[in-house]
Amino acid sequence: MTSSLCVCITSSELAQSLPVSFTMTKLLEWLFAVSLVGVAWGLVTFDLLDFQFPAVYREVAWPMPVYLLVVFGCYSLATVGYRVATFNDCEEAARELQGQIQEAKEDLKKKGLKI
Amino acid sequence: KTSEDSDKYSVLLPTYNERENLPLIVWLLVKYFGESGYNYEIIVIDDGSPDGTLQIAEQLQKIYGHDKIVLRPRPKKLGLGTAYIHGIKHATGNFIIIMDADLSHHPKFIPQFIEKQKEGGYDLISGTRYRGDGGVYGWDLRRKLISRGANFITQVLLRPGASDLTGSFRLYKKNVLESLVERCVSKGYVFQMEMIVRARQLGYTIGEVPISFVDRVYGESKLGGNEIVSFLKGLLTLFATT
Repeated sequence: MTSSLCVCITSSELAQSLPVSFTMTKLLEWLFAVSLVGVAWGLVTFDLLDFQFPAVYREVAWPMPVYLLVVFGCYSLATVGYRVATFNDCEEAARELQGQIQEAKEDLKKKGLKI
Repeated sequence: KTSEDSDKYSVLLPTYNERENLPLIVWLLVKYFGESGYNYEIIVIDDGSPDGTLQIAEQLQKIYGHDKIVLRPRPKKLGLGTAYIHGIKHATGNFIIIMDADLSHHPKFIPQFIEKQKEGGYDLISGTRYRGDGGVYGWDLRRKLISRGANFITQVLLRPGASDLTGSFRLYKKNVLESLVERCVSKGYVFQMEMIVRARQLGYTIGEVPISFVDRVYGESKLGGNEIVSFLKGLLTLFATT
């Protein structure tokens, strides 16, 4: 009884100490996602598994990749454009800094700093 | 914020030819840390500046005390990653603050970093120029476009969970910074990006505080094609390896 219990404990300890991890890199994630989408698109557009889809499916699926790229391109331009337009200009911070620089120089001179 | 609070904040200031800015940044750090009551030290890591930065630092040491201003110079320009490692070795705080010494980062945000960290128990706090009332002063349209464009590409490719990856105004728990620096291999902008990406990989929590970045250097050193190319190369490397 006790000997089989010992075996159970040590084998789980062993499992915990084994090097785990396969973490997917972002590149692999993208390749995986692209292949999934690619396979789905190929299946529908070329009817690879002979599902006999209605013609509509094929007509819609065929231009999808280009369409999605264009949509993504527009989204990117719009997003970056918006972010540039709303990029905060810290005028106040620059003014405050200028004032503090003067204050600092005077105070440091008083404290004995020699430039 | 009582004297029993055992947290101590070590500010790492790598300097190269910052003779004029160093006294000012130290004065501001002393001012805001003094007002906040947090325990701190400032570690100046000068890389053999020919303009006498180290001599100014020594004067500052006399004014503010050897416990507050710590000098750990190096003989020549050896890079930011090694400056951090060098600084960490001599830091007596349990938190490390990294920032630029050229007054683009304002010490007034440090108490906000500290409070945010305490609020959420974060492993690192990143100052962001891209969210909330974060922003920049002194950039023209071209620079803003490059900045936002690069950040967008980075977000799409790396999905890092932080809005400002190339920023270098951050607060780290000391052990977290140690473990990140030893894992990071990139240089320049990409080094700061890699730190955030690896932090996420290792499951560290990241909090953000909006900061204002006052660029007084931009006029003299425009962002050129070389820097953009090396940024893209670094980004693609991170994309393929993390």
